[in-house]
Amino acid sequence: MDLKEICKEIRCETLNCIGSIGVGHIGGCLSVAEVLTVLYFKHMNVDPKNPHMEGRDRFVMSKGHAGPAVYATLAVKGFFPRSELLTLNKNGTKLPSHCDMNKTIGIDMTAGSLGQGFSCAVGIAIASKLSKDNAYVYSIVGDGESQEGQIWEAAMYAAHRKLDNLIAFTDYNGYQIDGSLDEVCSLGDLEQKWKAFGFDTVVIDGHDIDAIDVAITNAKDCKGHPHMIILRTVKGKGVDFIEAKKPGNHSMSLSTDDVKNAIEQIRRR
Amino acid sequence: MAMRDVLCEELYKLMQNDEKVVVIDADLAKADGTFNLRKSFPDRAFDVGIAEANMTSIAAGMSSYGFKPWITSFTPFVSRRNADQIAISVAYSKQNVKIVGTDPGITAELNGGTHMGIEDVGILRSIPNTVIVEIIDEVQLRKAIPVINDYHGCVYLRMFRKDCPIVTKEDYEFDLFKADTLKKGVDVSIFATGIMVETALKAAEILNEKGINAEVINIHTIKPIDKETVIESVKKTGAAVVCENHNIMGGLYSAVAEVTARHCPVKLVPVGIPDVAGEVGKLPYLRERMHMTVDDVVNAALEAKGLL
Repeated sequence: MDLKEICKEIRCETLNCIGSIGVGHIGGCLSVAEVLTVLYFKHMNVDPKNPHMEGRDRFVMSKGHAGPAVYATLAVKGFFPRSELLTLNKNGTKLPSHCDMNKTIGIDMTAGSLGQGFSCAVGIAIASKLSKDNAYVYSIVGDGESQEGQIWEAAMYAAHRKLDNLIAFTDYNGYQIDGSLDEVCSLGDLEQKWKAFGFDTVVIDGHDIDAIDVAITNAKDCKGHPHMIILRTVKGKGVDFIEAKKPGNHSMSLSTDDVKNAIEQIRRR
Repeated sequence: MAMRDVLCEELYKLMQNDEKVVVIDADLAKADGTFNLRKSFPDRAFDVGIAEANMTSIAAGMSSYGFKPWITSFTPFVSRRNADQIAISVAYSKQNVKIVGTDPGITAELNGGTHMGIEDVGILRSIPNTVIVEIIDEVQLRKAIPVINDYHGCVYLRMFRKDCPIVTKEDYEFDLFKADTLKKGVDVSIFATGIMVETALKAAEILNEKGINAEVINIHTIKPIDKETVIESVKKTGAAVVCENHNIMGGLYSAVAEVTARHCPVKLVPVGIPDVAGEVGKLPYLRERMHMTVDDVVNAALEAKGLL
């Protein structure tokens, strides 16, 4: 299956996952479907049959509320049955709203309290360097999450340590719970900020699979600096009535009909 | 020997024997004694700068990779300042991170109220998956560090970083989950931790002269508290004093009260920081100011016995 088809599968399974409980963080899940596709189906050295494989690449979803998008990706990849996606947030579930490494097979780091996951990813990148196993550490940071001071503590230190095995992404969809970032607290020139912090930085269309692939390949070739790939994205991407609700799509209700309509839209594209 | 130098020596031994042990600081390595580890282990002993939150989450990330990080700073900065990082990156995530907080409570002395961790035990105690240890002297510290390193999980160790009077005997063995009964007695239980252990022992001598035979127990592990030892002691004595270098809210006094209130209610009198903010001063002044002297412990014991 080509990456575009896989990406559609991930979007549909994300909708099934959140739809199974009727409410969830759908906007910021749909905005990262392409990057998750390229990571798990093109670049990451992981094995669903051996999820704890030594020396594997790691992934930290620092904006932990995009857990359902990661779960959908892991299920499509074969880490666990797709049917398990329908247990999201059910009592005693292995799939909580926010990523939990102790509950879900394939999740490398717990996240949810914003800012911490990216710092953990820096720790993992240091650990990988110490272990000399040539693993890459990937992490997705939210644009709203970038208002957390800890992101910049971690950024400063990652550059100081020249962690070129750290490839980070910003899901720059422009919206947070209380409104647009520009209304709440603008990130200003985010590209220049990351460059100033010492990151090899590019800005690309976050829904262009080929562009993401190229950006990751280029990042791997650029030694001596950590990497930030800023993804220009649309919150709720791929479903018109979800996109239209921003910023209300950060967390929104999804009826059975909504899920059906949304999946039909995605399949048609 | 200063406690920070003992800390450095013992961490050095751990690092020599186990290449997974790493030591991370946030610009207080020279104050906490860990700086010299960088000469021997330049890759595994490092500084993240003045960024305690980042230090804690980095440690959690390294733990997820199989490393055994120890992080250090002054007590308030490694607990109060990064409570959420300890709660989520470390404790909730069940990571194997050891947290050393130096100069708790009034031992911050001339750094003053801003640097006094008087609530750290209360904060950490209410976070699930934490173990809280307070060390009294270099003998206990040497015995405790390998045991703490071998325990998989989040352990918070609070200790004074300078010279401490030696209370512990050389043949002592440290049991992470067992309190140490330092003096047997039958009339009143004195539960003490940290710098207040020596104070409690001196108070017990004075009480002895007054015909009161006090039992002195060092609760080195405040969480999980050794319930059996607490219950056994107060069942025998029927009255107790709790001595700590911490706010009397949330620390050892609360921990002992939680046990006795349920299992064997007795009169329980606190000696500790009486819910007031810290201030600058040397220890003798601060002990007077906070009512943490030997006489305060004696009076607390008399009060517990209904004799005051």
